[in-house]
Amino acid sequence: MAIEVRIPTILRTYTGGERAVEGSGATVTELIDKLEVDHPGIQERLLENGEARRFVNIYVNDEDIRFTGGLDTAVADGDTVVILPAVAGGSASGF
Amino acid sequence: MRFDSLIDSVGGTPLVGLPNLSPTPDVRLWAKLEDQNPTGSIKDRAALSMILRAEQDGRLTPGATILEPTSGNTGISLAMVASQRGYQLICVMPENTSIERTQLLTMWGARIIPSPAAGGSNEAVRVAKGLAAENPDWVMLYQYGNPANADAHYEGTAPEILADLPEVTHFVGGLGTTGTLMGVGRFFREHKPEVRIVAAEPRYGELVYGLRNLDEGFVPELYDATLIDSRFSVGPRDAVRRVRELIEAEGIFAGISTGAILHAALAQAAKCVKAGETADIAFVVADGGWKYLSTGAYEGTLDEAEDKLDGQLWA
Repeated sequence: MAIEVRIPTILRTYTGGERAVEGSGATVTELIDKLEVDHPGIQERLLENGEARRFVNIYVNDEDIRFTGGLDTAVADGDTVVILPAVAGGSASGF
Repeated sequence: MRFDSLIDSVGGTPLVGLPNLSPTPDVRLWAKLEDQNPTGSIKDRAALSMILRAEQDGRLTPGATILEPTSGNTGISLAMVASQRGYQLICVMPENTSIERTQLLTMWGARIIPSPAAGGSNEAVRVAKGLAAENPDWVMLYQYGNPANADAHYEGTAPEILADLPEVTHFVGGLGTTGTLMGVGRFFREHKPEVRIVAAEPRYGELVYGLRNLDEGFVPELYDATLIDSRFSVGPRDAVRRVRELIEAEGIFAGISTGAILHAALAQAAKCVKAGETADIAFVVADGGWKYLSTGAYEGTLDEAEDKLDGQLWA
């Protein structure tokens, strides 16, 4: 079983239009390194100065990695990684 | 309880236990029933706080027009407070929000300017900022960057929870303007720093994110990541599943965003059980389900509800 990586619409030009691709690695850093090998150019859109870009949110099993160790957050087979642009949130809870 | 007027009754909401959804006697969930505010949502706190602060600062003068980007609850709360204190209200609202919200805003006397569905709340904020620049006499309270929004929770929501539940270990709230989490987070950092602050962030369908440029995203000016400890992204399926569990198991009829908050609270509770910890987890019931009946979230299968919510700003 691999790691499922869900790609936002804006980055699907790098994945041949695929909404989700397979990833591997022991940390998010390794996962993104491998993504770059398979989909050249994507890394630069996600990272800046060794961190996730300000308006890029990365979630491992629905948890924002900024609160779980950043790019050092561990990943394993069977995990789901979701990449999303930051947007203004909810109407009821916050909006 | 007796109050001089409706706006004097904002806040002071009940905190109720969830005997059926709490996983063990040692890991307990508590719901802060913000739907019991005067217009039915947690936003009454922020709206009242922002208007009172603007009056004190002299930004709001009698008869003034208030402008705000809002897809619903904040607008409804502002409309009620504005009508009671003699102001006009104009709301900029994404066109893909539920019909009940438009009806309610109109009923409370607000004028609505629609913004394009694609781009969601970001687009509403952009349109509102443009209108504010063109109409300098309009007052934009701007809930995303107004400290009075967070202060309402620093002064109200958080101390109420601590008074009712001194043993509180976690607070779980929705992440939108971030006002609730920032105010509650700052209060507990100062008064009971061991309380963990957990954010539940709605994850919408693809239409909402659209072709958003990753360099031009939106993070509310109020947001300070040091005030929260973990952040869960919750999709519509989990939100709907939890909102149905909440009414079936505990009899609480809540809006869809509360399902997302409950999902994060239950995830946190499961972690506490696994770690063998004792926990008292307070979470926000942001509003009732009434305004969302037309979304289809409350009937049919989960698959059907998920399909219907795709493309809607459900929280």
